[in-house]
Formats: sequence, C-alpha cells, structure tokens
Amino acid sequence: MLKATGIAKSFAGNEILRGISLEVERGELISIIGPSGCGKSTFLRCLNFLEHPDAGEVRVEDVTVASTGSWRRADEVQAHRLRSHVGMVFQSFNLFPHRTVLENVMLAPMQVKRMSETQAKHVACELLEKVGLAAVKNRYPDRLSGGQQQRAAIARALAMKPSVMLYDEPTSALDPELSEEVLSVMRALDAEGMTQLVVTHDMRFARAASDRVLFMEAGQIVESGDPDVMFANPREAGTRRFLRTLL
Amino acid sequence: MNGGTVMKRVRFALALALFGLWGMAGLSAPAWAEGGTPAVASLRVPGATDDRDLPWASDGEANVPYVFHDPAHEGRMTGFEYDLMQTISARMGRHGRFVQNGWDGLIPGLSRDLYALVIDGIEMTPEHKAAVLFSRPYYVTVDRIVLRNDEKGLDTLDALKGHVVGTIKSTAAERLLLDHDPANVRSYDEETNLFSDLKNGRLDAILIDEPIALYYRSDDLKLVGPPIGRVAYGIAFPKNNPGLRDAVDSVLGDLMSDGTLHQILARWNLWTPQMADYTGDQTLSTVQPTAWVDYRQTMERMSGSSVQAMVHRYVSFLPLIGSGALMTLGVSALAMVLAVAMGLVLALARAYGVAPLRWLAGLYVEIVRGTPLLIQVLFIFYGLPAFGLRLSPFAAGVLSLGLNYAAYEAENYRAGLLSVPRGQMEAAIALNMTHMQALRLVIVPQAFRTVVPVMTNDFIALLKDSSLVSVITLTELSQTYIRLSSTYYDYIGTGLMVGLAYLLVGLPFVRLARMAEKRMGRVVAKGHH
Repeated sequence: MLKATGIAKSFAGNEILRGISLEVERGELISIIGPSGCGKSTFLRCLNFLEHPDAGEVRVEDVTVASTGSWRRADEVQAHRLRSHVGMVFQSFNLFPHRTVLENVMLAPMQVKRMSETQAKHVACELLEKVGLAAVKNRYPDRLSGGQQQRAAIARALAMKPSVMLYDEPTSALDPELSEEVLSVMRALDAEGMTQLVVTHDMRFARAASDRVLFMEAGQIVESGDPDVMFANPREAGTRRFLRTLL
Repeated sequence: MNGGTVMKRVRFALALALFGLWGMAGLSAPAWAEGGTPAVASLRVPGATDDRDLPWASDGEANVPYVFHDPAHEGRMTGFEYDLMQTISARMGRHGRFVQNGWDGLIPGLSRDLYALVIDGIEMTPEHKAAVLFSRPYYVTVDRIVLRNDEKGLDTLDALKGHVVGTIKSTAAERLLLDHDPANVRSYDEETNLFSDLKNGRLDAILIDEPIALYYRSDDLKLVGPPIGRVAYGIAFPKNNPGLRDAVDSVLGDLMSDGTLHQILARWNLWTPQMADYTGDQTLSTVQPTAWVDYRQTMERMSGSSVQAMVHRYVSFLPLIGSGALMTLGVSALAMVLAVAMGLVLALARAYGVAPLRWLAGLYVEIVRGTPLLIQVLFIFYGLPAFGLRLSPFAAGVLSLGLNYAAYEAENYRAGLLSVPRGQMEAAIALNMTHMQALRLVIVPQAFRTVVPVMTNDFIALLKDSSLVSVITLTELSQTYIRLSSTYYDYIGTGLMVGLAYLLVGLPFVRLARMAEKRMGRVVAKGHH
C-alpha cells in the first residue's frame, strides 16, 4: 500500500539518502533504526514530501508522486493528494499552542476536509477517548504532560483518516513512563490494523512490537527483517556494531 | 508673518521651491471652476463650491491681528485681514469663505486649487514674487523697536548695536538686523515666545512689524524710536490666474479711494501715517478703534490669572480640544487599521513570498523607514496631485501615516512570524493544509501574540505622530494646543489639558492591547526544539 522507489536526497552536496526503496504491506508496523545522521528521519519526511527528494518515487494507495529534482506546482498538487493518506507524528509533538486539544484535532478535518463542526467534534471526541485524553480535551497543550501531548498529536493525525502513520522519533522527548503511554497507543493501533512506520531509538519497542525492522546506515537500508531474528543474529557488520553499542 | 516652528519655516521654503518647480514643469493644468454671475463670468475661482463662493486661505493660528480665532467666541474668525477679505468678497458679489491652512501649506495649497487666494501678511519680497502673483499692497507698515519700560536709549538700529535683539524668522526685520549686527540677532517662530523672552530679560529689545508690536505688547513694554524700514503685504494668487488677481486688485483700489480700507484699519487701530501716504488719504479717521478695544478687553478678561478667568478660559477650550481629540483619534485609528493590514501583507511577502515579492517588500520597508514621515505627508498631499491623485487632507493624512507605520508593523510581524517554531508549519502541512491555510490558521495567530506589545507601543507612537498631519490643514490636538497656548500665553494649563486629551485617547487602546495580550498570552509558546 506504500511503495518508495529510489529515494535520493542531498543537502548542500552531502548525500543523505542514496536511493532507498521500500514496500510496506497494509497493517504492517515497521521500525526504522540506525545511528544518528543515517538519514532515517529524512527518509520518513520524504515519504510525505515534507522534504522534496532529489529523485525517486512514492506511491501511497492510488497516488504516485515522482520527484525529478525540480519541484513544480503540479508536484505540490500531487503531494497534497498523497498526504491525504498519510498521517505524521513528530518528536516535538508540534501541537498548535493557541488551540485547545479538541480544537487541535478538529482543525484539519474542518478546514481541509470541510467537515461540519458537529461531525468534526464527534470524530475528535471519539479519538481523544481512544487515546485516553477525553478528560483534558478542553485544555491548552501547555497544560498537558509530554505523553499526553504526543497522544493528542496522534489523535490529531488520525482525525484525517490516514491509511499510513509516520512517526518521527515519537518518544525521544519523553521519560520512559510517559513513552509507554504513547507506545501502548501505537500498539493498539497496530492491533486495529493500522499501517505504521516508526523511526525510533527505542529498541525494546522495535523488537517487541514491530513486524519488521529496517536498519539504516549512511543513507541506505543495510538490513531488514524480522525483529527477533535481526536483534538476536544480525547479518551485517554495521547492524552488529550498532546493536552492540546500545547494549 | 506668522507663528509656527523652525520646521515650519524650513518647510515653507521647501514648499515654495516645490511650487516653483511645479510651475516650471508646466504641470499645473487644473480644472478651473467657472464663475457664474455675468459680472465675473470670466473669473476662474479655484476651490469654489458654487459661482458665489470665494474661498481664501490664511493660517488663523495665533495670528493676531491678521486672521485669528476670536477669543471672545472661539470658532469665529476675526482680524483685519479677515474683515478686508469679507469686504472684498462682498464687493465682488461673492461670499468670502475662510479656509484654514498651516503657514507652510498656504502657497502649495494654491497649486492644489484648495482655494483661490492667500492673505496672511505675506511680504512682497522678490523671493515670494517668483512663486506667486501679488495684488497691490493692501497694507504697508514699518518695523518698530520694543523695549521693557525700564530700558532707555535703545531707540535706533545703531543704538541697538551690541545688544541682543529678537525678531520673527524670515521677516524684513530679521534681514535688517542681520545686515546690521548679525551676532546679536535671535530669531523666533512664535510671537508669544519672542515677547516673553523680552520680558524675562533674555532679550534686550525686539524689532518687529508694527501691527504685531502693537497687539503683543503688554503694559510692561513700550514702543520706542522712529519707524524703521518699510514692509508691504500683498494678497497672493497662483501665477496662472492673473484674471482673479486683476479683479481683486481693482476692488482693492476702490476700497482705498472710497475710504473703506481706512475704516477697516481704523477699527483695528492700524491706520498709520504710512497708510495715509500710501493711499493718499490724509483725512482724520472718525471711526473708533472698536475691534482693538474689544480684543484688549477680552484678552484681559480671558488671560487673567484669577480663578474665574481661568475657569472661563478652560471651559471655553473644551469644545476645541474635543474636536481636536476626535480628529487625532480618527486619523490615528484609521491609519493603524491600514498599517496593520498592509504590514501583515508586507511581512508575509518578506517571510514567505517568492523572490521578487520578497525583494519589493524589503525595498518598501527600507525606503519608508529611511525617510522622514513629514516628507511623506507633504509628498502624498502636495506631490501626488501631479500624478492625478488628489486626496482630501483627511485621506492624505490617514494614507501617509498608515503607509509609514505599515513598514514598522511589517518588521514587527516578520519577527513575530519567524518566532513561530518551524515544526508548526510542518505539522500543518503534514495535516494536509495548504500554505495559506497554515499561515492563516496556525502561524499568524501565534505570531500575533508576540507582536501585540510592540503594536501597542506603535499605536501610541502613531497617535503622537499624527500631529504631523497638521501640516496638511488638519486641526488635531497638537495644532489645537499651538493655537490656544499662543493665543493666551498659557502653555501650562493648555498643555496639561491637551496632554490629558492624548492620554484619554490612547488609554482605551492600551487597555484593549492588554486584554488581547492577556487572552493570548495565557498560551505560552513552546520552542520544543
């Protein structure tokens, strides 16, 4: 349901991504791990065109966006269509501080999908209930703990009914016990069949919850496979080195 | 021949130069109003609202005894030039209509067809003759020496040598003094300041046009010595309207030969041997100087320091200060609306626009911030008509203040926009908002919170800068202060009243801004990165 082909990206002459390809099945939970600067976040951001790849192609559901290096208005229109299938969650939550939690969740459905206020509110309340924030829905984000903020951010992304969710280090800014609140929401979504791609440093989560783990190094996917197999017995030297430093 | 500030003098010269250029460039081709009555059918009367109207301009602020606000009935104009113009208008079968304009705007206003002519004690010097057409002199006078009562001897120019002598800027008296003993000349803008400095000893003497000496002299001062020099005042017309000049000139001739001018001047105690020589009218006047006596009595009553006189005076100021405050508020509020709207557009263009837009917006900000507001006001009001854009004084005032402050607001907003973390835009885009939606719904509201305190400051500053629109004939608070304080020699009481008015006008906005700050300030921006 998501297919990326040959994604390449350079910043100021530095090759960050060297032609990455990936195919994701519906309902998969994939963890992307690797050392800092390996390009895993950039890769994730290329999948919904927050970064414009220099080359490559992304298809999500029935929408394909090919990048030829120069970004045109038509590409932006196509990217806009693609994003309607993709939700994203950031390390720093990025909730809108001038709106309440409920308003944060209702905003995009009403503005982008032209959903009525009543319907948007209905959807938002249901999602906030699901992520355990029904009690604080009328608070402003700065009154919430980090774990609560990240769960609100997940609810906000889900309100757009994406078919795939991208997480860019969703728990890196959180204490372990707050991380757990967020990870359990992600596990619950997995159980419901949501397709999820997670860039993470949480190896425990990657091993326990993922259907597949990708190890990236120097702008390439070096190794991918079943988490138990890879963590227990990494094939590649880079993977071994990386996993060893974490233990 | 008038009050004003140093700036105003400079501006008058600048305006004259501008006006001269205008004529040379052949730009003045205004649509002239046609006179209607048979006798004056061929007359072009610029600014006339109908064929009986004769609009004429003067600076009626603290301009005793020429044209000034009657201290007995504020809101009513009087003065010997006022009486003369009403008489001339009536003789021409027209209704004279006084138009207030600041001293430096008087001549440029002729070019804008705001009115048909200017009368304001304008000396018929070669420089002035280069810019306008003059009627024959309607008044000739002399310069006089004014001393404190206890001073002796200093009754000729030679005797004054080595003593500090004050006068009004850009007058014949000033030129005389500069020729004679330049080191000891002190030039003033305001007659009131000039005379109070003589009284308090900063000056040893004053040399000034006789009408001013007569009307501004208090009982502790005296006029001494023989008349000095000769000063002639003429009515000014635009160069391209000799027809109207000739018509007024001929009426002026009639008024001199039939004794009407004599009577008007005698009422003001201004008929002099020089006028008798000039007009050849050596008859003794039978007219009582009623206008002169009335003025002296009123001033004694109004400018007294008894509680009753003060209360009477300050109560009579209230309507004027009220209307000045309304003007200040109206101009400032509308200008701020314009500044906010345009500033936001400029800031968005600079922060998020494509290259040429970004560049243009930057250029606008630099140019507007880098040039004086005063020049912008004058340019928009007097300069733009050359390009076919004639704005009313109010519209020009709002536009120039608004366009000026837009540049400052733009920088303020840009800083606000840049203070919103990058992740906010990314989150909005990831939620599939368009760039415009992201700006409108996410970025701008957050930026607004950080810019409100600065905006409050800017509005207060704008409120005060709105005093500059007085140069384009708008009588707002500062102009009201200048008029009232210099009419009554009362800078303190009037100053306190006008200051209070500024505070009262500004306070609601400060409160409003505080409320907005409070409401939005509860949402603390979090950097997160």
